[in-house]
Amino acid sequence: MNPEIVRVLGYIVAIIAFVALNAAMLVWMERKVAGHIQRRIGPKEVGPFGLLQSFADGIKLMTKQLIVPEGADVPLFKVAPMLVMIPAVMCFVTIPFSEQLAARNINVGLLLIFAIASINVFALLLGGWASHNKYAVISAARAVSQNVAYEIPMLITAITVVMFTGTMNLNEIVMGQAGGFWHWNILPIAKNIGMVVLMPVSFLIFFICSMAETNRAPFDLGEAESELVAGFHTEYSGMGFGLFFLGEYANVFIGCSLAVILFLGGWQCPFGLFPGVHWFLLKVYFLIFVVMWARWTFPRTTFYGLLNLSWKILIPVSLFNLVLTGAFIKVF
Amino acid sequence: MIELASDKQKETFVLNMGPQHPATHGVLRVKLVMDGEYIVEAEPVLGYIHRMHEKMGENRNWAQFMPNTGRLDYLGALSYNHGYAAAVERAAGIEVPERAEYIRVLTVELNRISSHLLWMGAYLLDLGGFTPLLYAFDDREKILDMLERVTGSRLTYCYFRFGGLYNDVDEQFIGEVKAFVARMRSRLPMYHTLVTKNVILMERLKGIGIIDADMCRRYGVTGPVARGSGINFDVRKNEPYSVYPEFDFDVPVYSEGDSMARYMVRMDEIEQSLRIVEQAVNRLPEGPVMAEKVPKVLKPPKGDYYHAVEAARGSFGVRVVSDGTNTPYRLKLRSPTFSNLSLLAEVARGVTVADAVAFMGSLDLVIPEIDR
Repeated sequence: MNPEIVRVLGYIVAIIAFVALNAAMLVWMERKVAGHIQRRIGPKEVGPFGLLQSFADGIKLMTKQLIVPEGADVPLFKVAPMLVMIPAVMCFVTIPFSEQLAARNINVGLLLIFAIASINVFALLLGGWASHNKYAVISAARAVSQNVAYEIPMLITAITVVMFTGTMNLNEIVMGQAGGFWHWNILPIAKNIGMVVLMPVSFLIFFICSMAETNRAPFDLGEAESELVAGFHTEYSGMGFGLFFLGEYANVFIGCSLAVILFLGGWQCPFGLFPGVHWFLLKVYFLIFVVMWARWTFPRTTFYGLLNLSWKILIPVSLFNLVLTGAFIKVF
Repeated sequence: MIELASDKQKETFVLNMGPQHPATHGVLRVKLVMDGEYIVEAEPVLGYIHRMHEKMGENRNWAQFMPNTGRLDYLGALSYNHGYAAAVERAAGIEVPERAEYIRVLTVELNRISSHLLWMGAYLLDLGGFTPLLYAFDDREKILDMLERVTGSRLTYCYFRFGGLYNDVDEQFIGEVKAFVARMRSRLPMYHTLVTKNVILMERLKGIGIIDADMCRRYGVTGPVARGSGINFDVRKNEPYSVYPEFDFDVPVYSEGDSMARYMVRMDEIEQSLRIVEQAVNRLPEGPVMAEKVPKVLKPPKGDYYHAVEAARGSFGVRVVSDGTNTPYRLKLRSPTFSNLSLLAEVARGVTVADAVAFMGSLDLVIPEIDR
């Protein structure tokens, strides 16, 4: 067989396996984190420390019937959950886990991720629309305006990073941050002293936006259960819901790994020793922990409060940040 | 309904919130006419858990209705026990021993604290904050354990009897209450730093669901909702009953009339209830807990009697009409959240669903008490 095809097949299997395993572990982690924040212990019965809980849940979801509600647009209703998963899996193609461990080293990797990730919102829109449910439609409308509002500041901050690094190749961005945390883009003391002030701002904006993009609390207005029951996936049962769930965790992982690659030095070690995939995963899971921490600590914002935050604060600040970054790169 | 026809041009749609919906805390159904995210008209539809409590009262003897009172407002059941017992005692002219009155006040106030704690947790849940519920339940659990020891039940209490109490409290209960007061005092600042001062919470509550004092009067609103709108009305102070005049406590009143004011009233009321509990425990007199001359078959003299108490959600009134037989001729319950809920139609007009949920939660609805 053609070795290229084997390679591609290998990557596909590996990535899908990683996405599924990762989502299962993140569900377990979320429940454990939530448990300990709420003075409970979380799952503990299935397997050691409840580690197999997610697999039990997965089997349950897969064996359940996928009920298509009356009046639903059947093809769209069935396509929507897949459309959540496909871009999520595709995004993993460009993410460099370590210097060698990346499916494709693409020159415009950053651009590709943003391009593919924005398909996700179509899935939410279609799922909500096709469900023939008023809560789902309201939620879909919310999800779309939320995604549009937060894509802009996210892209602007991504541009500031690209201006600073001079490349859109994710691998090269990480390579440029080699040699200890003082080289990382979040605090580039070693490279450009002026950027030390601006980069943390960029990181903060980027992180908030990636939380909003993935519909995570406190920005989870698409699935605000006290208002909209379960939002766009109200009518989904079984694995239809399961795929929305998997997709959400895959997107959280992508958002956090982008933040790690752009700002926190990817697979580089903070002290310049033994760089590798373990550092990358450690940093990503730490950021994911922060995301979960926020979810179980804060109440939900309102929809208009959320849009105001983006249009009135994040977009002007990120634009200002962009201009200053340009100036600082020139000056220092 | 005439307004609706014109609204059709704006493409409104009807959204049924409930009877099974996470934000309605039970089987309340709110029919919302929506214009996008905004509510054009809100109509609460009641009756999904109507159990004919008043009619049940008229078909059984005076004492047999007592367990029903605990099932009206299951979160503050002792106040309802108290309301009914006090109304019948007024009708039959029964004197309650002082120790019994002290224990009544003590347990009712503990119950009020547990009710407010649960409200706080459930309200934060409405607003999307999951964690405070677990912390509030931790404290509430202590109260339930204490009350379980003396009353025999954890939720739907039936502890009061005409002329006193079913059971006396013991030394262990007194010790536990003292420990609880100290514990709760140390926990309240934690709630305020973790929850009250949260930026998102303030943004969600301040200026949301404003009710002015005039509106409260028109709808007959009482309790923390009225006190959040600047009306200084508390049955415990305005029409003192039981041994409340002997206690030193304040009635928290806020004049903003928004959801934050109602939140603050309840949080401050926990503090005031703790003061009452502390005083009641320290000054608990000795003596019997049951009046001596209560007839086995109660036949209050002919007449029309009313007694109101301050329950956790407002003024709960019981009107009993006796025709001199062993069953009430008429039993009318005036439940506070029924009046409080009627505000919804007026306040919810023109606000978003999220704000309507924030407003509805701040009313502290208990549906069985509305439907009765």
